[in-house]
Amino acid sequence: MSILEKFETMEYGPALEDSKEALVWLDQHKREFGHFINNEWVKPSSGEYFDTNDPSTADRLAKIAQGSAEDINEAVKAARAALSGWQKLTPHARARYLYALARQVQKHSRRLAVLETLDNGKPIRESRDIDIPLVARHFYHHAGWAQLLPQEFPGHTACGVVGQIIPWNFPLLMLAWKIAPALATGNTVVLKPAEFTPLTALAFAEICRQVGLPAGVVNIVTGDGRTGEALVNHPDVDKIAFTGSTEVGRLIRKATAKSHKKISLELGGKSPFIIFDDADLDSAVEGLVDGIWFNQGQVCCAGSRLLMQESIAERLVEKIRARMSKLRVGAPLDKAIDMGAIVAPVQLERIRKLVDQGVAEGATCHQPETALPDKGLFFPPTLLVNVHPTSTVAQQEIFGPVLSAMTFRTLREAVELANNTAYGLAASVWSENINVALQVASQIKSGVVWVNSTNLFDAACGFGGYRESGYGREGGREGLEEYLEPEWFKRAPVVKVSAAKSDAEPKTGDSAAIDRTVKLYIGGKQARPDSGYSYSVVSPKGVLLGEAPLGNRKDIRNAVEAARKAEGWAKATAHNRAQVLYYMAENLSQRAGEITRNLAQFESAKSAEQEVEASIQRIFAYAAWADKFDGAVHAPPMRNVSLAMNEPVGTIGIACPDDAPLLGFLSLVLPAIALGNAVVAIPSERYPLIIGDLYQVFDTSDLPAGVVNIVSGRTSELLKTLAEHDDIDAIWCFRDEASSQAAKTLSAGNLKQVFTNEGRAIDWFDSAQGEGRWFLRHASQVKNIWVPYGE
Amino acid sequence: MSVNDSVRPAAGSSIYSANGNGHPRRAESEHLPNRGTALDLDWVEDVAVNTSAVERRAQTLGTRRTVKKDWQCAWLLRAISCMDLTTLSGDDSDQRVLRLCAKAKRPVHHEVLEKLGAGSLELKVAAVCVYHRFVETAVRALEGSGINVAAVSTGFPAGLSPIEERIQEIKRSIDAGAQEIDIVITRSHVFGAKWNELYDEVASFKEACGKVHMKAILGTGDLVTLRNVYRASLVAMMAGADFIKTSTGKETVNATLPVGLVMVRAIREYHERTGMMVGFKPAGGIRTAKQSLEWLSLIKEELGNDWLNANYFRFGASGMLGDIERQLEFHATGRYSADYRHAIA
Repeated sequence: MSILEKFETMEYGPALEDSKEALVWLDQHKREFGHFINNEWVKPSSGEYFDTNDPSTADRLAKIAQGSAEDINEAVKAARAALSGWQKLTPHARARYLYALARQVQKHSRRLAVLETLDNGKPIRESRDIDIPLVARHFYHHAGWAQLLPQEFPGHTACGVVGQIIPWNFPLLMLAWKIAPALATGNTVVLKPAEFTPLTALAFAEICRQVGLPAGVVNIVTGDGRTGEALVNHPDVDKIAFTGSTEVGRLIRKATAKSHKKISLELGGKSPFIIFDDADLDSAVEGLVDGIWFNQGQVCCAGSRLLMQESIAERLVEKIRARMSKLRVGAPLDKAIDMGAIVAPVQLERIRKLVDQGVAEGATCHQPETALPDKGLFFPPTLLVNVHPTSTVAQQEIFGPVLSAMTFRTLREAVELANNTAYGLAASVWSENINVALQVASQIKSGVVWVNSTNLFDAACGFGGYRESGYGREGGREGLEEYLEPEWFKRAPVVKVSAAKSDAEPKTGDSAAIDRTVKLYIGGKQARPDSGYSYSVVSPKGVLLGEAPLGNRKDIRNAVEAARKAEGWAKATAHNRAQVLYYMAENLSQRAGEITRNLAQFESAKSAEQEVEASIQRIFAYAAWADKFDGAVHAPPMRNVSLAMNEPVGTIGIACPDDAPLLGFLSLVLPAIALGNAVVAIPSERYPLIIGDLYQVFDTSDLPAGVVNIVSGRTSELLKTLAEHDDIDAIWCFRDEASSQAAKTLSAGNLKQVFTNEGRAIDWFDSAQGEGRWFLRHASQVKNIWVPYGE
Repeated sequence: MSVNDSVRPAAGSSIYSANGNGHPRRAESEHLPNRGTALDLDWVEDVAVNTSAVERRAQTLGTRRTVKKDWQCAWLLRAISCMDLTTLSGDDSDQRVLRLCAKAKRPVHHEVLEKLGAGSLELKVAAVCVYHRFVETAVRALEGSGINVAAVSTGFPAGLSPIEERIQEIKRSIDAGAQEIDIVITRSHVFGAKWNELYDEVASFKEACGKVHMKAILGTGDLVTLRNVYRASLVAMMAGADFIKTSTGKETVNATLPVGLVMVRAIREYHERTGMMVGFKPAGGIRTAKQSLEWLSLIKEELGNDWLNANYFRFGASGMLGDIERQLEFHATGRYSADYRHAIA
C-alpha cells in the first residue's frame, strides 16, 4: 500500500517496539534460567524445567527451572543465613540498596518493559508507562522508609525470613510491592514468581547482584504451585505474603494455621464501577477502558461490575459500545494497541466459558467487530448487559476483558448492589456531586475507592481488600506493618495451659447470700442459654463460686445476629463512643468494691483490687483513643487527595484469656468497640461469672444493645462456631496455642481477619503490651479513597 | 487528485428518533451540515465535565496511538492538507502575506513529495488565515488554487467592539472575497452564563456570513473551566457555527489536548443528537509534527475518519509546517533534515 493510499484511508499501521535488547538478554542466558539463590544461579535439584512462552505467538521464550522442596529449602537457608547481617546494617545502608535498586530499574526500564510484555502479553504501553515506572517508584518510596524505620516504627522488629508468592498479571510490579517493603523493614526474602511470567523477576535478580545486594537477602525460586506450596509449608519461614486467587489464599490460611507464620493475602475481586446520572459520562466510559480493558481485564481490582443509574443506562451502553469499537487488540509490542494477549490458554478458556455461561443465563453479549490476530491468545472487549445479581458473571471473578452491567435506581440501591459480593477489593464511583461520591465511598466495603477515576496506584497509598479479597495492605505505612512485629511480642513466653480440672466435688462456699444468677448477654439483654444447662465455676482453691450459663452454637448465632443489628454503633460519632466508654469507667468505678470482692473469690484480694483499678484506667485509655486513631492523607504524585481512613472491621468474635478475667476481657473488647466494631465475646472460661458484673456496667452506661454480646461456655466449642461464622468479620483469640491454631484454621471459610496471641502470654497489666495501637490497628481496616480534584 | 475536492454531503431530512431519555438521537450514518438548532438550555445546563478525568484521557491519547514509517508520512501529509496557514501579527504586510500564499500552494518541496510517491497529490494547505486588511491580497494570490482565504473577524482577538461593527466587519471581509470567517465570541457571556446572548451573538454572525463558512473561536484559554468550554461549544453549534475553534492564538493558553477533547466530545454529542456535523479547529501552540499526529489521532478516536479531512478539521498553525517538512524529508532521504533546507512561509 502506497503512502497515497494510506493518506486516503488514514488507518494506523504497525508500530512495533523493538524487542532486540530483551531477546539478546535472553540469549546471553542461553534461554535457560536456574533459581537465584545466594546471589548465584542454581540449577534445579530435580533437573526439571518448564517453558515460558510469548502468549501472543506461543513462541518459547526460555526454559525455566522447576523449584522443588529442596530448592526452596536451599533458598530459605540462604535467606536465614543472610538475615542477621542484613539487620545489622544501618537503616541508611539498607536505604542505599533500595535506592540503587530503584535507579537500576529506571536505567533498564525499557528492557524490563519489553521483557514483561513478551512474557505476559500486556500492551507495551502499559508495561512501559505504568508497570515499570510504578516499580521504580515503589523502590524509591521504600528506600525512604528504610531510612526512617527506627524513628517511625520504634519498638518494632522484622518478621525474619519472608516467603512471597506473586501472580502473573503484574509480574515485576507485584515483585516490587513484595520485596521493597520486606527489605525496607529488614527482612530477607524468598520469592516465587508466577509460572507463566518468571522473566522479569529473573532480570531483577540480576539487578540485585549488580547493585551488590548481600547474598541471600533476595532469593528467587521459580516453579508452579508445588513450589509455592513448599515455600508456604517451610518451617523456617516467618511470614507468607501472597497475591493471587481467593481459592489459593484459603489454602494458605489453612496451611499456615499450625505455625506462627504471619500472613498477608491480596486476593480476588469483583469490583463495582458505579456511574450516577450526573457523572461526566464520556469520562466514565474512558474510566471503564482503564478499568476493565486495562491489562485485558486481568486485574484483581478491575471494575468488572458496572452499576448504572437507570436514567442514563441506555445512553451509557451506547457510548460504551461505541468506545469498544475503537479499541485495538493486537500484538502486545505494538505501541498503538489497547489490548494485548491473554496470558495462557487455560485463562482464555476460562474467560470463554464464563461468557458463554453468562449468555446462557440470559445476558446479552456485545462485542465489537474488532479484528483479532489470527494466532495467539486474544479475546475481544466484551460487554454483558441484562445481567442480574444472581448471574454467575455478576458474582464470579472472570479475570478477562468482560464487563457485566446492571442498573440501579437510587444511591441506596447502588451501595446495596455494590456490597452484594463476597469480595471487597476496590470500587469506582462516578458523580460530579461531591456529596454523592463521598457518601458512596464511605459506605462501600472495599479497601480502595476511586472517585471519578479508576486503577490508580501508588507506593504511598495502601492497597488491599475487605472480606474475601484478603487482608493486609501493600504500600504506605500500613503496608510496612505487615512486615513488622512488636519486639516484646516476639519474645513473649508461651501461655501455660491450665491444669486439667479435678473431678473432686467442689467445696461449697458461703451460702448465706442470695443465690446469684448470671446469664448470657445478647442484644443488650440477659439471656438464658439455649441449652438450659449451667456449669459450675470453681475457684483455684476448689471452692464452688456459682454457676455460669453453658452457651452453645445457637447462642453464638443469636449473638452474631444481635451484633449485626448494632451496625449503627459504627456510624455513631467517635466523640459519642468516647462518651459511652468514659461513662463505663464511671460506672465500673462506682461498683469497684463489689466487683473487687467478686473477683477476689477467683484470685487474691490484692490482685483483684489491682485488676479493677487497671481496668478503669484501660477504659479511660480507649475512651481517649476513640476519637484519636486518625487516618492519613497521602501524597501520591498527582493532583489528588488520597484519604486513608481507618474503618471498623465489622463484627469481631473474641475469645478472651482465662487469666485477668476482667482486664483481659476489656483489653480486647474495648479497642474493638472504641473504633465502632460490634463484638461477640467468649469470657474467661475459668471465671465467666465476670459477665454478671460487666453487663451491669454496660447497661448503666448507655452502650447500645448488641454492641457487646457475651456468651460463656466451653470455649473450644464456642470458638469453633464463632471462627467458622460467615457473618463474623474478624476473629481474635488470646488463649493457648491450640486455640490460636483453631481460630486460624476455622477462619478460612470467609477469610475473616485473624488476630491472636500465637499462644503467647501477654501481661495485661503492662500497657506497653496490653493496650494501644497494636490492638487498634487490628480493630480497623484502612480504606484508601482517591479523590482527584481540579476544575 | 486534490485534497480539497471532497464535497460536503447535502442536507438530509431530519427524522429524530427518541432514545428513551428524551434526547433525540440520529442514526450515526447521517452527515448533515450544521444548520443550527433552537437554543436548548436544558442540554447546556446538563453538561458534566470532570477535569481530572479529561486530563488523564488527554495524557494517554499520545501514548495509546502512534503511527510509524509510511503511515506517519501519510498522516503528516494529511495534517498539511488540514492546515489553515496563518499570519496574524501586527507587522504583517502584503509581501509577507504573498509569501505565505506561495507556501500554501507548495507547502512541501516537490522533490521530497516525489521521493515519497506523493507527487500526484497536488498537496496544498486548506486555507490561508489573515486579517481583513490582507484578504484581497490573499484572494488574488490564491486564485484558482482551491485554497480558501479565511479572515479573522468580529473584533479579533478580544471580540469587544460594538456588535454592529463586528457584523459589518464580517460583511466587508466577505465582500473582499473571504471564503471563510473566523469569528470570536464575547467571553463574558460564558462567565455570566448568558447563553441567550451568546446564542444570539453567534447566530447573528452566522446570518451575516450567509453561505460563507464560519468558525467560532471560543477563546478557551479565557474560559478557564472545561465545563465552560463544553457549554460554549454547544451554544456555538446550536447557533449555527460550521466549525468551533479553540483560540485566537493570542490568549496565554491556546490549544491544549484536554480542551480539544472536550470540544470534540461536544461535537460528537451534537452529531449524535442532531445528525449535523460540526468541524473542529485547534489553533495556537501546535508547533511540532508529533503534536499534529496527536491531534489527528484525537479526531480519529473520538469522532472517526469522517472528520479527518479539511471539511471538518483544521489546524490553526504556522510553525508546525516547518517541523513536518523536516520529518517528511527524513522519510524521503533517511537523513535527518535541517530547517534552513525548507522554504519559509
